[in-house]
Amino acid sequence: MKQVLKESLPTNGDTSVLAGVYGPAEVKVSKEIFNKATLEVNLRPKIGLPGVAEKSRERLIRNTCEAVVLGALHPRTSITVVLQVVSDAGSLLACCLNAACMALVDAGVPMRALFCGVTCALDSDGTLLLDPTAKQEKEARAVLTFALDSVERKLLMSTTKGLYSDAELQQCLAAAQAASQHVFRFYRESLQRRYSKS
Amino acid sequence: MAAGFKTVEPLEYYRRFLKENCRPDGRELGEFRTTTVNIGSIGTADGSSLVKLGNTTVICGIKVEFGAPPTDAPDKGYVVPNVDLSPLCSWRFRSGPPGEEAQVASQFIADVIENSQVVQKEDLCISPGKLAWVLYCDLICLNHDGNILDACTFALLAALKNVQLPEVTINEETALAEVNLKKKSYLNIRTHPVATSFAVFDDTLLIVDPTEEEENLATGTLTVVMDEEGKLCCLHKPGGSGLTGAKLQDCMSRAVTRHKEVKKLMDEVFKSMKPK
Repeated sequence: MKQVLKESLPTNGDTSVLAGVYGPAEVKVSKEIFNKATLEVNLRPKIGLPGVAEKSRERLIRNTCEAVVLGALHPRTSITVVLQVVSDAGSLLACCLNAACMALVDAGVPMRALFCGVTCALDSDGTLLLDPTAKQEKEARAVLTFALDSVERKLLMSTTKGLYSDAELQQCLAAAQAASQHVFRFYRESLQRRYSKS
Repeated sequence: MAAGFKTVEPLEYYRRFLKENCRPDGRELGEFRTTTVNIGSIGTADGSSLVKLGNTTVICGIKVEFGAPPTDAPDKGYVVPNVDLSPLCSWRFRSGPPGEEAQVASQFIADVIENSQVVQKEDLCISPGKLAWVLYCDLICLNHDGNILDACTFALLAALKNVQLPEVTINEETALAEVNLKKKSYLNIRTHPVATSFAVFDDTLLIVDPTEEEENLATGTLTVVMDEEGKLCCLHKPGGSGLTGAKLQDCMSRAVTRHKEVKKLMDEVFKSMKPK
């Protein structure tokens, strides 16, 4: 089977994550699923060995990808997404999600929608900050990361840190949905640039 | 006849029930399984609890030990949770290093403790910079029938309320800690985070408290952790089908009701234990 390797390096300010997609490729019999592709995500931190926090993030990214990738078109194969953190200056998970999505598109993996990651931070007065830096994240009362799909801006994935109220959640979600427009426009522009050359 | 259909087409089998707004075990879509909690059953632990959510059984044992506070926060102690999913609880797990589900559950519980501030880490400090309490919370699943996160959160909360810390005085002459086992005090529990889990079916239907079969057939899951003021400590949605804002609102209201149910149950249990 032909191995397809594609890379993408999106940067959110100073946060950058390198993503590589391998697949659809051979899968070990123990991990094989008879009617769809097996998705694997590997997140490597900048320093140190991957730990429990990385495993948790891998699960989040993998489940988000599984919701959009049309695995049924490639049964009994594996699609591996490898993410390497190059630099972390805040909003890391959102950057990883964007990197994974663009790498999957670049590799030509069939998907039903695109997805993007957006981070919101709520500070002590209740002010909303989109795409916070590491310093803002640390001082914030709550940090919410969402993954939204491109078709109807539905919430695919959410993970939060800190305490916040129901109303604030709806506010952040609405802000994230508005911000996702910019991210999808960026996807469109970079893909247009890439394919207009060749 | 029905058993044959269930094996061949499990999803269709479920859909037949969902169309009538109920589930194969007779519950409604928004109904939780019978919750039972038992406190202080493990004599060797400093705090313990056993929670049963239908068939899902999780036991939590807390041991308190001494430790040096972290250098960047000399007035804080530690709370170290660990979720153990062994082959004992389900055929899906193998013996050996913790699998992905156990690691994700441990991280989830650590996040809930951190976000909700259920125990203020400053309360765990004995002598700033020198000595602090370390609470090792071991959550062991005895039977995995779905909705492990809710059961673990509840077990942890009940066990934390049961923990008694002995009084410690630092002897100035020898600089050693003296523990008085006769005088014990309960931990100061500031909030009561309660988790409510939902499973998403076919991108539209939300059912509460999924069993293991339902979790396998679901297209997505969502866990909401709320405290008594209606503040959210955690909105854990690890991928799966998309949800609109309106659906999220429904989940929130269900989580609020569930919080009241769980709080009432816990208060009853603790009241019945007081005369000790």
